[in-house]
Amino acid sequence: MKEILVRFLVGGLSVSLFAFLGDLFKPKSFAGLFGAAPSIALATLLLTVGKDGPHYAAIEASSMIAGSVAFFVYSSAVSRLMMHRAEKALLAATTLLPLWAAVAFGLWYGLKK
Amino acid sequence: MRIKINSSAIKETRWHQLATRFCIGGLITAATGLIAKRYGPAVGGLFLAFPAIFPSSATLIESHQKQEKEEAGVQAPKRARQAVSIDAAGAAMGGIGLLVFALFVTEFIEKFTPWLVILAATAAWAAVSFLLWFLRKEA
Repeated sequence: MKEILVRFLVGGLSVSLFAFLGDLFKPKSFAGLFGAAPSIALATLLLTVGKDGPHYAAIEASSMIAGSVAFFVYSSAVSRLMMHRAEKALLAATTLLPLWAAVAFGLWYGLKK
Repeated sequence: MRIKINSSAIKETRWHQLATRFCIGGLITAATGLIAKRYGPAVGGLFLAFPAIFPSSATLIESHQKQEKEEAGVQAPKRARQAVSIDAAGAAMGGIGLLVFALFVTEFIEKFTPWLVILAATAAWAAVSFLLWFLRKEA
Protein backbone atom coordinates (compact mmCIF):
# COMPACT_ATOMS: atom_id res chain seq x y z
CA MET A 1 0.00 0.00 0.00
CA LYS A 2 2.84 2.34 0.92
CA GLU A 3 4.53 1.64 -2.43
CA ILE A 4 1.34 2.49 -4.35
CA LEU A 5 1.00 5.75 -2.42
CA VAL A 6 4.62 6.70 -3.15
CA ARG A 7 4.10 5.92 -6.85
CA PHE A 8 0.91 8.02 -6.84
CA LEU A 9 2.64 11.03 -5.26
CA VAL A 10 5.83 10.86 -7.35
CA GLY A 11 3.87 10.25 -10.57
CA GLY A 12 1.42 13.05 -9.80
CA LEU A 13 4.25 15.49 -9.15
CA SER A 14 6.18 14.49 -12.27
CA VAL A 15 3.14 14.75 -14.56
CA SER A 16 2.09 18.09 -13.00
CA LEU A 17 5.58 19.54 -13.47
CA PHE A 18 5.73 18.73 -17.19
CA ALA A 19 2.10 19.84 -17.68
CA PHE A 20 2.99 23.17 -16.04
CA LEU A 21 5.95 23.56 -18.43
CA GLY A 22 3.57 22.88 -21.30
CA ASP A 23 1.28 25.68 -20.09
CA LEU A 24 4.21 28.03 -19.74
CA PHE A 25 5.30 28.19 -23.37
CA LYS A 26 4.05 29.62 -26.64
CA PRO A 27 3.57 28.73 -29.51
CA LYS A 28 1.16 25.82 -29.07
CA SER A 29 3.19 23.42 -31.22
CA PHE A 30 6.21 23.90 -28.91
CA ALA A 31 4.10 23.62 -25.75
CA GLY A 32 2.67 20.40 -27.18
CA LEU A 33 6.09 18.73 -26.92
CA PHE A 34 5.61 18.60 -23.14
CA GLY A 35 2.47 16.51 -23.62
CA ALA A 36 4.88 13.76 -24.66
CA ALA A 37 7.33 14.30 -21.80
CA PRO A 38 8.57 11.12 -20.12
CA SER A 39 6.78 12.08 -16.88
CA ILE A 40 5.34 8.64 -15.98
CA ALA A 41 8.50 6.91 -17.22
CA LEU A 42 10.73 9.11 -15.07
CA ALA A 43 8.73 8.47 -11.91
CA THR A 44 8.34 4.74 -12.58
CA LEU A 45 11.92 4.01 -13.67
CA LEU A 46 13.49 5.89 -10.75
CA LEU A 47 11.34 3.96 -8.28
CA THR A 48 11.82 0.65 -10.13
CA VAL A 49 15.61 0.94 -10.22
CA GLY A 50 15.67 1.47 -6.44
CA LYS A 51 13.36 -1.46 -5.69
CA ASP A 52 13.82 -4.07 -8.44
CA GLY A 53 17.19 -3.16 -9.98
CA PRO A 54 18.38 -1.97 -13.42
CA HIS A 55 17.61 -5.23 -15.27
CA TYR A 56 13.89 -4.94 -14.40
CA ALA A 57 13.96 -1.27 -15.48
CA ALA A 58 15.63 -2.24 -18.77
CA ILE A 59 12.78 -4.69 -19.53
CA GLU A 60 10.22 -1.95 -18.83
CA ALA A 61 12.12 0.53 -21.02
CA SER A 62 12.35 -1.95 -23.90
CA SER A 63 8.55 -2.31 -23.89
CA MET A 64 8.26 1.47 -23.71
CA ILE A 65 9.69 1.55 -27.26
CA ALA A 66 6.40 0.07 -28.56
CA GLY A 67 4.41 2.44 -26.30
CA SER A 68 6.30 5.44 -27.70
CA VAL A 69 5.55 4.51 -31.31
CA ALA A 70 1.90 4.13 -30.27
CA PHE A 71 2.04 7.58 -28.65
CA PHE A 72 3.29 9.08 -31.93
CA VAL A 73 0.51 7.39 -33.94
CA TYR A 74 -2.14 8.40 -31.35
CA SER A 75 -1.16 12.09 -31.13
CA SER A 76 -0.84 12.34 -34.94
CA ALA A 77 -4.35 10.88 -35.25
CA VAL A 78 -5.75 13.34 -32.68
CA SER A 79 -4.08 16.21 -34.55
CA ARG A 80 -5.60 15.18 -37.89
CA LEU A 81 -9.04 14.54 -36.42
CA MET A 82 -9.16 17.91 -34.67
CA MET A 83 -7.99 19.73 -37.80
CA HIS A 84 -10.51 18.14 -40.17
CA ARG A 85 -13.54 17.21 -38.05
CA ALA A 86 -15.64 19.29 -35.67
CA GLU A 87 -15.08 17.15 -32.59
CA LYS A 88 -14.75 18.09 -28.93
CA ALA A 89 -11.15 17.78 -27.75
CA LEU A 90 -12.01 15.44 -24.87
CA LEU A 91 -14.09 13.20 -27.15
CA ALA A 92 -11.36 12.97 -29.80
CA ALA A 93 -8.59 12.38 -27.24
CA THR A 94 -10.45 9.67 -25.33
CA THR A 95 -12.06 7.82 -28.25
CA LEU A 96 -8.64 7.43 -29.88
CA LEU A 97 -7.06 5.89 -26.74
CA PRO A 98 -7.88 2.35 -28.01
CA LEU A 99 -5.72 3.20 -31.05
CA TRP A 100 -2.79 3.76 -28.67
CA ALA A 101 -3.48 0.42 -27.00
CA ALA A 102 -3.84 -1.45 -30.32
CA VAL A 103 -0.57 -0.09 -31.72
CA ALA A 104 1.34 -0.54 -28.43
CA PHE A 105 0.22 -4.13 -27.80
CA GLY A 106 0.34 -5.07 -31.51
CA LEU A 107 3.88 -3.79 -31.94
CA TRP A 108 5.03 -5.27 -28.61
CA TYR A 109 3.58 -8.66 -29.57
CA GLY A 110 5.13 -8.44 -33.04
CA LEU A 111 8.58 -7.55 -31.69
CA LYS A 112 8.36 -10.29 -29.05
CA LYS A 113 7.80 -13.05 -31.65
CA MET B 1 7.62 32.10 -34.53
CA ARG B 2 9.77 32.58 -31.43
CA ILE B 3 9.34 30.66 -28.17
CA LYS B 4 7.69 32.84 -25.50
CA ILE B 5 6.48 32.52 -21.94
CA ASN B 6 2.68 32.44 -21.85
CA SER B 7 1.86 34.06 -18.51
CA SER B 8 -1.88 34.42 -19.24
CA ALA B 9 -2.36 30.64 -19.51
CA ILE B 10 -0.93 30.23 -15.99
CA LYS B 11 -3.38 32.78 -14.60
CA GLU B 12 -6.29 31.07 -16.38
CA THR B 13 -5.41 27.63 -14.99
CA ARG B 14 -7.71 26.67 -12.11
CA TRP B 15 -6.79 24.66 -9.03
CA HIS B 16 -9.20 21.85 -9.95
CA GLN B 17 -7.46 21.50 -13.33
CA LEU B 18 -4.08 21.16 -11.60
CA ALA B 19 -5.55 18.65 -9.15
CA THR B 20 -7.04 16.64 -12.04
CA ARG B 21 -3.65 16.38 -13.74
CA PHE B 22 -1.96 15.43 -10.47
CA CYS B 23 -4.50 12.68 -9.81
CA ILE B 24 -4.40 11.32 -13.39
CA GLY B 25 -0.58 11.26 -13.35
CA GLY B 26 -0.53 9.63 -9.92
CA LEU B 27 -3.16 7.04 -10.84
CA ILE B 28 -1.45 6.04 -14.11
CA THR B 29 1.95 5.74 -12.37
CA ALA B 30 0.46 3.65 -9.56
CA ALA B 31 -1.46 1.53 -12.10
CA THR B 32 1.72 0.98 -14.15
CA GLY B 33 3.41 -0.42 -11.02
CA LEU B 34 0.47 -2.72 -10.32
CA ILE B 35 0.29 -3.91 -13.95
CA ALA B 36 4.05 -4.65 -13.90
CA LYS B 37 3.63 -6.60 -10.66
CA ARG B 38 0.65 -8.60 -11.98
CA TYR B 39 1.64 -9.17 -15.63
CA GLY B 40 5.41 -8.55 -15.56
CA PRO B 41 7.65 -5.59 -16.47
CA ALA B 42 7.32 -6.18 -20.23
CA VAL B 43 3.57 -5.41 -20.15
CA GLY B 44 3.91 -2.70 -17.49
CA GLY B 45 6.58 -0.96 -19.55
CA LEU B 46 4.13 -0.28 -22.39
CA PHE B 47 2.27 2.12 -20.09
CA LEU B 48 5.37 4.26 -19.52
CA ALA B 49 4.39 5.95 -22.80
CA PHE B 50 0.66 6.12 -22.08
CA PRO B 51 -0.84 9.49 -23.11
CA ALA B 52 -1.86 10.17 -19.52
CA ILE B 53 -2.51 13.90 -19.41
CA PHE B 54 -3.20 14.35 -23.12
CA PRO B 55 -7.04 14.37 -22.89
CA SER B 56 -7.09 16.78 -19.94
CA SER B 57 -4.49 19.09 -21.53
CA ALA B 58 -6.40 19.12 -24.83
CA THR B 59 -9.60 20.03 -22.99
CA LEU B 60 -7.78 22.80 -21.13
CA ILE B 61 -6.39 24.28 -24.36
CA GLU B 62 -9.81 24.11 -25.97
CA SER B 63 -11.50 25.96 -23.11
CA HIS B 64 -8.72 28.61 -22.89
CA GLN B 65 -8.89 29.23 -26.63
CA LYS B 66 -12.69 29.48 -26.67
CA GLN B 67 -12.64 31.98 -23.83
CA GLU B 68 -9.84 34.03 -25.42
CA LYS B 69 -11.35 34.12 -28.91
CA GLU B 70 -14.91 34.77 -27.78
CA GLU B 71 -13.65 37.81 -25.90
CA ALA B 72 -11.99 38.98 -29.13
CA GLY B 73 -15.17 38.27 -31.16
CA VAL B 74 -13.53 35.59 -33.32
CA GLN B 75 -15.27 32.33 -34.33
CA ALA B 76 -14.24 30.33 -31.27
CA PRO B 77 -14.89 26.61 -31.90
CA LYS B 78 -12.84 26.41 -35.11
CA ARG B 79 -9.86 28.25 -33.59
CA ALA B 80 -10.05 26.11 -30.48
CA ARG B 81 -10.00 22.92 -32.58
CA GLN B 82 -7.02 24.21 -34.54
CA ALA B 83 -5.15 25.01 -31.30
CA VAL B 84 -5.72 21.46 -30.02
CA SER B 85 -4.61 20.05 -33.37
CA ILE B 86 -1.38 22.09 -33.32
CA ASP B 87 -0.72 21.04 -29.71
CA ALA B 88 -1.23 17.38 -30.68
CA ALA B 89 1.16 17.77 -33.64
CA GLY B 90 3.74 19.04 -31.13
CA ALA B 91 3.06 16.03 -28.93
CA ALA B 92 3.67 13.74 -31.92
CA MET B 93 7.15 15.25 -32.30
CA GLY B 94 7.66 14.78 -28.57
CA GLY B 95 6.62 11.16 -29.13
CA ILE B 96 9.69 10.64 -31.29
CA GLY B 97 11.74 12.09 -28.41
CA LEU B 98 9.99 9.61 -26.12
CA LEU B 99 11.14 6.78 -28.40
CA VAL B 100 14.73 8.02 -28.10
CA PHE B 101 14.32 8.15 -24.29
CA ALA B 102 13.18 4.51 -24.25
CA LEU B 103 16.00 3.33 -26.56
CA PHE B 104 18.57 5.22 -24.46
CA VAL B 105 17.40 3.71 -21.16
CA THR B 106 17.15 0.20 -22.66
CA GLU B 107 20.70 0.39 -23.99
CA PHE B 108 22.53 2.00 -21.08
CA ILE B 109 20.70 1.47 -17.77
CA GLU B 110 22.50 -1.79 -17.00
CA LYS B 111 25.91 -0.45 -18.05
CA PHE B 112 26.12 2.85 -16.15
CA THR B 113 24.77 4.51 -12.98
CA PRO B 114 20.98 4.11 -13.43
CA TRP B 115 19.80 7.52 -12.20
CA LEU B 116 22.41 9.25 -14.39
CA VAL B 117 21.21 7.26 -17.40
CA ILE B 118 17.58 8.29 -16.70
CA LEU B 119 18.68 11.93 -16.38
CA ALA B 120 20.68 11.74 -19.63
CA ALA B 121 17.73 10.04 -21.37
CA THR B 122 15.49 12.95 -20.30
CA ALA B 123 18.03 15.38 -21.77
CA ALA B 124 18.01 13.27 -24.98
CA TRP B 125 14.19 13.45 -25.09
CA ALA B 126 14.36 17.26 -24.79
CA ALA B 127 17.17 17.61 -27.36
CA VAL B 128 15.46 15.42 -29.99
CA SER B 129 12.01 16.93 -29.43
CA PHE B 130 13.24 20.54 -29.54
CA LEU B 131 15.39 19.83 -32.61
CA LEU B 132 12.48 18.22 -34.49
CA TRP B 133 10.23 21.16 -33.59
CA PHE B 134 12.87 23.62 -34.80
CA LEU B 135 13.49 21.73 -38.06
CA ARG B 136 9.75 21.53 -38.79
CA LYS B 137 9.34 25.24 -38.10
CA GLU B 138 12.17 26.04 -40.51
CA ALA B 139 10.87 23.71 -43.27
